[in-house]
Amino acid sequence: MFNKILIANRGEIACRVIKTARKMGIATVAIYSDADKNALHVKMADEAIHIGPPPANQSYIVIDKVMDAIKASGAEAVHPGYGFLSENARFAEALSAAGVAFIGPPVGAIEKMGDKITSKKIAQEAGVSTVPGYMGLIADADEAVKISGQIGYPVMIKASAGGGGKGMRIAWDDAEAREGFQSSKNEAASSFGDDRIFIEKFVTQPRHIEIQVLCDAHGNGIYLGERECSIQRRNQKVVEEAPSPFLDEETRRAMGQQAVALAQAVDYASAGTVEFIVDGDKNFYFLEMNTRLQVEHPVTELITGVDLVEQMIRVANGEPLSITQEDVQLNGWAIENRLYAEDPYRGFLPSIGRLTRYRPPAEVAEADHVVRNDTGVFEGGEISMYYDPMIAKLCTWAPTRGEAIERMRVALDRFEVEGIGHNLPFLAAVMDHPKFVSGDITTAFIAEEYPDGFHGVALPEPELRRIAAATAAMHRVAEIRRARVSGRMDNHERKVGRDWVVTLQGVRYDVTIDADTAGSTVTFADGATHRVASAWTPGDQLAVIELDGAPLVLKVGKITSGFRIRSRGADMPVHVRTPRQAQLAELMPEKQAADTSKMLLCPMPGLIVKVNVEVGDEVQEGQALCTVEAMKMENILRAERKGVVSRINAGAGDSLAVDDVIMEFE
Amino acid sequence: MKDILAELEDRRETARLGGGQPRIDAQHGRGKLTARERIDLLVDEGSFEEFDMFVTHRCTDFGMEQQKPAGDGVVTGWGTINGRQVYVFSQDFTVLGGSVSATHAKKICKIMDMAVQNGAPVIGINDSGGARIQEGVDSLAGYGDVFQRNIMASGVVPQISVIMGPCAGGAVYSPAMTDFIFMVRDSSYMFVTGPDVVKTVTNEQVTAEELGGAGTHTRKSSVADAAFENDVEALAEVRRLVDFLPASNREKPPVRPFFDDPARIEDSLDTLVPENPNMPYDMKELILKLADEADFYEIQGEFAKNIITGFIRLEGQTVGVVANQPMVLAGCLDIDSARKAARFVRFCDCFEIPLLTLVDVPGFLPGTTQEYNGVIKHGAKLLFAYGEATVPKITVITRKAYGGAYVVMSSKHLQGDINYAWPTSEIAVMGAKGATEIIHRADLKDPEKLARHTADYEARFANPFVAAERGFIDEVIQPHSTRKRVARAFASLRAKRVQMPWKKHDNIPL
Repeated sequence: MFNKILIANRGEIACRVIKTARKMGIATVAIYSDADKNALHVKMADEAIHIGPPPANQSYIVIDKVMDAIKASGAEAVHPGYGFLSENARFAEALSAAGVAFIGPPVGAIEKMGDKITSKKIAQEAGVSTVPGYMGLIADADEAVKISGQIGYPVMIKASAGGGGKGMRIAWDDAEAREGFQSSKNEAASSFGDDRIFIEKFVTQPRHIEIQVLCDAHGNGIYLGERECSIQRRNQKVVEEAPSPFLDEETRRAMGQQAVALAQAVDYASAGTVEFIVDGDKNFYFLEMNTRLQVEHPVTELITGVDLVEQMIRVANGEPLSITQEDVQLNGWAIENRLYAEDPYRGFLPSIGRLTRYRPPAEVAEADHVVRNDTGVFEGGEISMYYDPMIAKLCTWAPTRGEAIERMRVALDRFEVEGIGHNLPFLAAVMDHPKFVSGDITTAFIAEEYPDGFHGVALPEPELRRIAAATAAMHRVAEIRRARVSGRMDNHERKVGRDWVVTLQGVRYDVTIDADTAGSTVTFADGATHRVASAWTPGDQLAVIELDGAPLVLKVGKITSGFRIRSRGADMPVHVRTPRQAQLAELMPEKQAADTSKMLLCPMPGLIVKVNVEVGDEVQEGQALCTVEAMKMENILRAERKGVVSRINAGAGDSLAVDDVIMEFE
Repeated sequence: MKDILAELEDRRETARLGGGQPRIDAQHGRGKLTARERIDLLVDEGSFEEFDMFVTHRCTDFGMEQQKPAGDGVVTGWGTINGRQVYVFSQDFTVLGGSVSATHAKKICKIMDMAVQNGAPVIGINDSGGARIQEGVDSLAGYGDVFQRNIMASGVVPQISVIMGPCAGGAVYSPAMTDFIFMVRDSSYMFVTGPDVVKTVTNEQVTAEELGGAGTHTRKSSVADAAFENDVEALAEVRRLVDFLPASNREKPPVRPFFDDPARIEDSLDTLVPENPNMPYDMKELILKLADEADFYEIQGEFAKNIITGFIRLEGQTVGVVANQPMVLAGCLDIDSARKAARFVRFCDCFEIPLLTLVDVPGFLPGTTQEYNGVIKHGAKLLFAYGEATVPKITVITRKAYGGAYVVMSSKHLQGDINYAWPTSEIAVMGAKGATEIIHRADLKDPEKLARHTADYEARFANPFVAAERGFIDEVIQPHSTRKRVARAFASLRAKRVQMPWKKHDNIPL
């Protein structure tokens, strides 16, 4: 076995690989850019080597720099993680030339499968059904429009070297094809240093289901079941699960056997993933093969008990697989939620900054459930603009899908992240969405269920009641403490009352609290009572409550006369007042927010790449106004309605903060 | 006998109705509460004891003898906030527009005298059209009497003004002399001369809101210390502030039971200061992580944001915090920030509230605007305020402490009690680049040599140890243990006594 491996990656995946290496007794070497000097993977590794400035194309994906680090550290093998150099054949070649093992497939397999056009041809030759599309390279936007028309809209425009949603666009007409081609090309160039683009038919109402394969260098190949990754936004996966709630045993076997056959056709030897689009009739089409460890691999690990990283290392070391297809048993259900530094209330735009608070739920590995959090960040760490905005992968496992979802809901409630915008509330909303709960999902789930973006969650009445009961009891605790301040007039202390009025999400509850040593009984005006027990004290930002014997976890912030409560995707002020206070509060006017409808505000901190309009231009609804680059993603800001540009406050090259006014309309 | 008792109830009933139901409805229509409703929200339920409910004015001119409403446009008395006594006056806009007559002023003076005598704060709720013109000079005399009492009470009991309606002309000078002024957005304004006079005299077109609304006074003029969304929120926040303040200068600040470990370690503070010395960071994060239960009551949060002032608790005890904010103007000192912080420091010193100063200051803001407007004297206010303050003074330098600004920010040289520095601090006469450009002027044209000199200077002086070697820093501490260290330091100073030379009063550069 290797004595020392280098992980040519960063973030959670570098940490993930280090964990397994450590378990196997292998020393680890991290590499890091200037931006990652204090990163978690650097702290976790046995040694760390600096490889350059923050942008990945000056550090993590510069083969020479990584090779230098390998040489300097004396590592015998390299795990590339995902992204970066993981599917770069030149890197694998350089390693092989240097006599260093690549913990991944052979160069030939990377070359054949890494290029999406070639891989599709091979798949066709191997008899795998594929999606219609144009396999050649496309020279310019005009040709892109022509080809798109021939294939028939909608089409998918993809970077040949792409992945993870980068350099990928869906076009529904000529204008979008033209625009999508250009932005895909730009993104591909800046993210992968390879701006080749191809176009294929976009299959509507599809599910994204992928097969995990594992092959050794001795001709053995197995598949480890599937992962359902249909919950995506802009082709970026958000929620994954294993197994798929859609596949039957027969389809699973057919897909698995095809996947293994394809892998073996290219002499694959490592862990790999064959992605399929599956339609409503369980027809499946080969999409692409990822010749690397997949982001969402933990769900497969949780239902199979196989450590994929360990298997990759063993295969790279020349060992034959120790498991056969018959050994692979799918056990229970696993769900993964990807925590992104993206603000769901602002169109999921990237958010960067300092994690002033980062407290993931405790990891648990018990017979009836597992909570696993793969992360590369820590409280006090920085989410930089240079890399992927994913900050953690929260996974739960339980014997059934329903239980796994419920475990996930609780885990999300307990996950504390402050300082940056993040998608925890959105994930919580998805976990409660009836379509997700029933398993009735397609890759269009987010676009269809949240067409105007995510605007928080309106909680059902029973849940509001539970929160009202809990917050009333909490408020009373806080008020009793306030009444115990020193300097009180003896015998004239404030008596904290029993009657309270709770208002949240537009609903008012009049409650009476009877406290005893074990907790409080909260009686509602309609006579219903709830029993609240909690060790919460003022200042605690997480309230773990037992409400009528069931758990209720609330994130708690202080506001004037009440709390900011976050729970199950809702983020709301909860006012708790005495009846007199409530009576007077009702006299207060509702105030209108300032009118920003005639302005284009910068939705995220970023750099203006291009302004498409001039003062005096009449713009149509949906017309591109300008492009803002943030976290290496180009975001086109569009006109929300027809109007005339009256003023432009920013130009290309300007660095803007959130809510800076880019332009104004008449 | 029964009739007499009933008559009292009748009279009370009438007095409580103030200007009558139509005017109460109009008040509500403006989004405002009545004087009595406001008191209900301010003091503990059932604790208000009213005085002078039946006082009426004595004016007989202009037909005033025809309308003599009970109480004369102001409700006065005392109550408790979380069991602690406060005196309150609340002007009643429904009664003659809350205008100030001689008797109205007398009522206010009565409770102010009681407050000073009995050692309890005065909270004034202002909602008044101004002087009662019909009374002429009697009304002015009334204002004058209140002003004089504001002055005498200053530094004896905390005085808080809540502006909940108009407050114009001479009336503004009573709140102006109190310790804190709070306003309500969209329904309160303060100015010496109103928009009409402004138009006549200077030809400026300006609305009352622009001239003297909450936005103007919290952001531009710094007259107000904070603004709140409505009456209910404002009064709840006044209650919250009173919980931090001592009843008078004869008592220690209050202590509240707390649920936060004083020895709590915050590892994330170790990465608060960025690697790059030119990168800003949010000093508020340090304040919130230091404070008990992350509870921070900010004063003047919208003004001169390059310095942060406000109250926290440590081990349940009130502490006044002054902190440079690197997020704004790199945290430098200037006229506005020096004035803001100086007034806050003096308030804390008046009322025995210990001071915690968090320092990351690159110096004073340069420029003609600053010099022409007297940054020398305004900057000296903060220096003076720190130097004369005898309360426990603890300082933590997180990063830069350069030049004169280092001395100003509660340094050891101004009788700082315990001065800590993080390992990331740089205590020096100025930044390395500027310093080498002066010391090595001969090498100015040789960037390589200059860079080497700069590196040498950084290695030698850009750290806390030169100051620590001289005892200007008592201890270099780990950022993660700051709460523990600061809490212990304050605990060690609870019995601090300082003897100052006799003087009538000092002559702070106003």
